[in-house]
Amino acid sequence: MTETIHIRKMTRRQLLSRGVAAGAGLVVGSGFVAGRTAAWATEMNALKPETMATLIQMARDIYPHDKVGDEYYAAAVKGYDVPEEAEFTEAGILALDEAAQARGHAGYLAIGWERDRVDVLRAMEDTAFFQRIRGGLVTGLYNQKAVWPIFGYEGESYSKGGYMYRGFDDIAWI
Amino acid sequence: MAAPFDMSDDNVVVIIGTGAGGGVLANELAQKGVSVVALEAGGRYLPEDYINDEWDSFGQLAWLDTRTTSGSWRVSDDFPNLPAWIVKAVGGTTTHWAGASIRFQEHEWKALTNYGAVEGANLLDWPIDGSEMAPWYDLAEKKLGVTRTNGLEGLPGCNNYKVFEAGAKKLGYKEVHTGRMAINSQEYDGRMACQQTGFCFQGCKWGAKWSAAYTDIPRGEATGNLEVREKAHVARILHDDSGKVTGVEYFDAEGNLQMQRARVVCVAGNSFESPRLLLNSASSMFPEGLGNSSGQVGRNYMRHMTGSVYGVFEEPVRMWRGTTMAGIIQDEARHDPSRGFVGGYELETLSLGLPFMAAFLDPGGWGREFTTALDAYENMAGMWIVGEDMPQEGNGVTLSEAEDQYGLKVANVHFDDHPNDVAMRNHAYAQGAKVYDAVGATRTFPTPPYPSTHNLGTNRMSERPEDGVVNRWGQSHDIENLFVSDGSQFTTGAAENPTLTIVALAIRQADHIAREMSAQNL
Repeated sequence: MTETIHIRKMTRRQLLSRGVAAGAGLVVGSGFVAGRTAAWATEMNALKPETMATLIQMARDIYPHDKVGDEYYAAAVKGYDVPEEAEFTEAGILALDEAAQARGHAGYLAIGWERDRVDVLRAMEDTAFFQRIRGGLVTGLYNQKAVWPIFGYEGESYSKGGYMYRGFDDIAWI
Repeated sequence: MAAPFDMSDDNVVVIIGTGAGGGVLANELAQKGVSVVALEAGGRYLPEDYINDEWDSFGQLAWLDTRTTSGSWRVSDDFPNLPAWIVKAVGGTTTHWAGASIRFQEHEWKALTNYGAVEGANLLDWPIDGSEMAPWYDLAEKKLGVTRTNGLEGLPGCNNYKVFEAGAKKLGYKEVHTGRMAINSQEYDGRMACQQTGFCFQGCKWGAKWSAAYTDIPRGEATGNLEVREKAHVARILHDDSGKVTGVEYFDAEGNLQMQRARVVCVAGNSFESPRLLLNSASSMFPEGLGNSSGQVGRNYMRHMTGSVYGVFEEPVRMWRGTTMAGIIQDEARHDPSRGFVGGYELETLSLGLPFMAAFLDPGGWGREFTTALDAYENMAGMWIVGEDMPQEGNGVTLSEAEDQYGLKVANVHFDDHPNDVAMRNHAYAQGAKVYDAVGATRTFPTPPYPSTHNLGTNRMSERPEDGVVNRWGQSHDIENLFVSDGSQFTTGAAENPTLTIVALAIRQADHIAREMSAQNL
């Protein structure tokens, strides 16, 4: 599931020096997309790095959780970075950028306010591309075990003996 | 002759499906010395195999063979090939069920008489009633170890229940408790007590919840009278020139077509697969399918009027901790047409893990309205609505043009809500929200029905042959040695979770079949 990887032997300074800021928290470089703090990065196999950066922003705009870092969104859409998905994905992101341009923006990532990006997405909500990306995120994002603690969800409990002695009835405010 | 049985043994009862109906019937017959071959499409999974993970478990247990859908129900848009969330495994959906075990109310056995004719509905009275069923319910409750029966205590209330109970009491509801559950509150029948683990829908890893997979099935097998063939996918039921059924063709685990001869055939594949099989078994003698002289096979599909209400609070609830279905409000289960609908509904706590909450809270939803709900997941409480829906002749199972992996036509499931269903759901959404508002909810969500778990009525029981498919014993009106043994025989759905009634009917049917066999009437 988590395909986000750290680029080897590259310092944060080197990494950032090789990329350009794109969107809210992303850096796009030659062959990679990274978080602004360089805490994570993912190497590109089949997609253009700019396409991945836009896709990550699109994923966040579809399911925005301010407490969830970009790396989880990157992991959720990393599956499109394969040859058999590249044409579909590049075409979809191109259409997204063109839709943004038709509204007077330089591109989707250049739109400053989430509400303006969401307007672009709403207008393409019924396309196969949008529905595919949104549908994939339902499991791609929310079924990442690393994401669950951010929401407080505790996951598997049998190995810990269930909650019989671990707070199944510990609610105090009711 | 002891199991395993020969393919040419024409003295066996062949049961198709091993869930609450077929699994119980198989054991009950085996205990009486009847030779039984049970054909199960799924594999065998036991508590050590169950997975505390929603999607992984779904992949392990759910029936994922193709089905198609039509009609105006939202499931058809959101999950077009997943009309139901039910199980393909030995023990059937008793691995997945929540455990709620409540009897029909007396008036629900006679819906047509008590509600009167409802326009657009195909209401009918059951040919049996509560007093006839009472002793069978007694046996079913003992078998399942139902809490609040036979001196068994209720389960303790978990966090989700405590919110629900407090809201219900503030609202003035009186019939509120932790339910009659086939989940052990103490050690019972060799199975341990509930450890409040959650994941009841994913198979109970403690075996604290009753499931045929690790009770009736192995007990039946231990008699030497029951052979369960796993991964046996039934293709059609065969008959002779006299119109009696003679055997069953199925694809075995290797995909080879086999034929098991039979003295009696009992269909218990659930309300989709059972009518599909009868329709797929059409012949020159029965061109509309087996047992279908009335034209009612596949019709009158009911799925219960359902929906959910989730509430968000200022403080954490952690609803996933503990029993998934942990309590019930029964005050709305009565028949009271002054509310604007006939029949009634139950409110029962429910929780989903984060992955399934994301999938089912508002399928297709996105953006901040959706994600702020999930941001509050830890502070969420949840309940499920289950009420009586109206049988409609146009709702049901027909053969689709699509084929499964064996080249057999799959079930198409068509469903439209009846106006009575809609009125009841809206009432329940409002009452459910009031329960949570009464204890300080900051936001509530009227969540649409999930893929169906209660699938009923597509081979319904009727007094007169022209009104249904089977008689008071679940026996085909047309073919004397063909029985239906699952929820598809339900004449109407009542407001209650159906498993206890399916089990009670199966125990009763076993008694009847064994008696008729020994009298040489079958």
